[in-house]
Amino acid sequence: MRKVSAFNLFAILLGAAFLYLPIVVLVIYSFNASRLVTVWGGWSTHWYAALIDDAPLVESAFISLRLALVSATVATLLGTLAALALVRFGRFRGRLPFAAMVYAPLVMPEVITGLSLLLLFVAVAVDRGFWTVAIAHTTLAMCFVTVIVQARLIDFDMSLEEAAMDLGASPLRTFLAVTLPLILPAIAAGWMLAFALSLDDLVIASFTTGPGATTLPIRIYSEVRLGVKPEINAVCSIMVGVVGIAVIAASLLAKLSGTRGASARVRVR
Amino acid sequence: MKRHHGRSFWQSLVVRIPYLWLLAFFLVPFLIVLKISLSQTAIAQPPYVPVLDLAAGWPGLKAFFAALSFDNYVLIGSDPLYLLSYVKSVEIAAFSTLILIFIGYPIAYAMARLPRRWQAVLVVLVVLPFWTSLLIRIYAWMNILQHDGLLNQALMALSIVKEPQAWLATDTAIYIGVVYSYLPFMVLPLYATLEKHDESLREAAADLGCPRWKIFWLVTLPLSSSGLLAGVLLCFIPIVGEFVIPDLLGGSQSPMIGQTIWTEFFSNKDWPAASAVAVVLVCLLVTPILVYQNQAMRTLERE
Repeated sequence: MRKVSAFNLFAILLGAAFLYLPIVVLVIYSFNASRLVTVWGGWSTHWYAALIDDAPLVESAFISLRLALVSATVATLLGTLAALALVRFGRFRGRLPFAAMVYAPLVMPEVITGLSLLLLFVAVAVDRGFWTVAIAHTTLAMCFVTVIVQARLIDFDMSLEEAAMDLGASPLRTFLAVTLPLILPAIAAGWMLAFALSLDDLVIASFTTGPGATTLPIRIYSEVRLGVKPEINAVCSIMVGVVGIAVIAASLLAKLSGTRGASARVRVR
Repeated sequence: MKRHHGRSFWQSLVVRIPYLWLLAFFLVPFLIVLKISLSQTAIAQPPYVPVLDLAAGWPGLKAFFAALSFDNYVLIGSDPLYLLSYVKSVEIAAFSTLILIFIGYPIAYAMARLPRRWQAVLVVLVVLPFWTSLLIRIYAWMNILQHDGLLNQALMALSIVKEPQAWLATDTAIYIGVVYSYLPFMVLPLYATLEKHDESLREAAADLGCPRWKIFWLVTLPLSSSGLLAGVLLCFIPIVGEFVIPDLLGGSQSPMIGQTIWTEFFSNKDWPAASAVAVVLVCLLVTPILVYQNQAMRTLERE
């Protein structure tokens, strides 16, 4: 029997406090009635109401959402293909450089990724804007999707596919009816991570963006550089809330589909 | 026979689409950075010469290669500003990775010892801040660390300090921001290996009279080395090139290398210099990146 010591509990409590205290402080101060960020002037939703009238900010929020939807979807498609290629096709020619190109962007400093993509867009003389940022985000995010889907494919019970093929299903049909439903939770998790990465990114977007494509992080960054403001506290609190609800919902969903997937596997056996 | 043919067509498509995408948007951009780092700044659009003109044929190609130069690299080597910037980045990355190990290991270890049900909850708790925007998390720290912020208020209320201290625009603030932002990257790989440990190994050592610190040193730590290595690499490499954290929390005197690339590019409009700084940074990181890839692929094969 494992024993949980007082030291263990202390480490966890302190760690949780460290991770969550700053965010809690941020959210509390976004309800501060006082304009002075550090003086508590009572509860108020004043700063939230002011946000709706901030047209550029709302516009940026919509650009960011559209960007995240597009790049997450394409990245999920590409990343799933890459994961299938890496796990299922054995040692095809060029596998090593392919794997290297999948893993390198995961740790590459964002400044370099952003700079190199911008120089590419300049070299081929493309007008920079929404689509160049979308390509940049897709490239980074697809590598994360690949790693997540790959992990699921490795755990995959190959005999399920073999059974379908033995019963006469074509490879495509086998993939659509057997493989895809079983790896779907990983694909969904990959899509969500890609969505969050795109919504979060400041550096790569700053390099690759153009006129008319000011994303929300770029807008917030230009405000934040000038100091702490109650309006920014409110915007950030909304983003924290949306992400928090989405992640909790997704992990509940993954748990549900995970148990369902497991029971389906037992039934097939 | 026909079926076999069909499969190989699909197969090649599945490999080729992501392969071509990464070639076009990851590898080719790097080659362009390399090329521009060997170019000169110019008041033109794009702001560097020479520009490769394939229509000019062989003589054009020869003139292009003749015009390339290593001037930007000579500049980086001779200007102490760049050197200091690299040193500072590596220093901050190394020390904060060390701090992350000391904070992250006890948390990961404790998580792995909790009952299963609680482990799942804690994994979500550790991952959740990672899903929130980095910009927001750093901004939250600006709230706390500013001159009349919560930290100074708390320290003065406890009469630890008499005057408000300057936290923002210091290296301490950078360390706080980096450790805060990268903690999940250290805890999760460590937890993943610690969680698989067989408790009976530790019990056997204890039964044979091994003191607890020695059990940790001889059994637990060596068994968790792969997770530790993954955590170190996942933190160290991106921290070296970090931009947002030092830009918002750090001072302006000695920038980290990510900030140097950013200013060369956006403020000085010196694209060739920015490219050269980036190329040197990649060379600096190439060993840890290769170790990381090797590790990632080995884990994959082993599974």
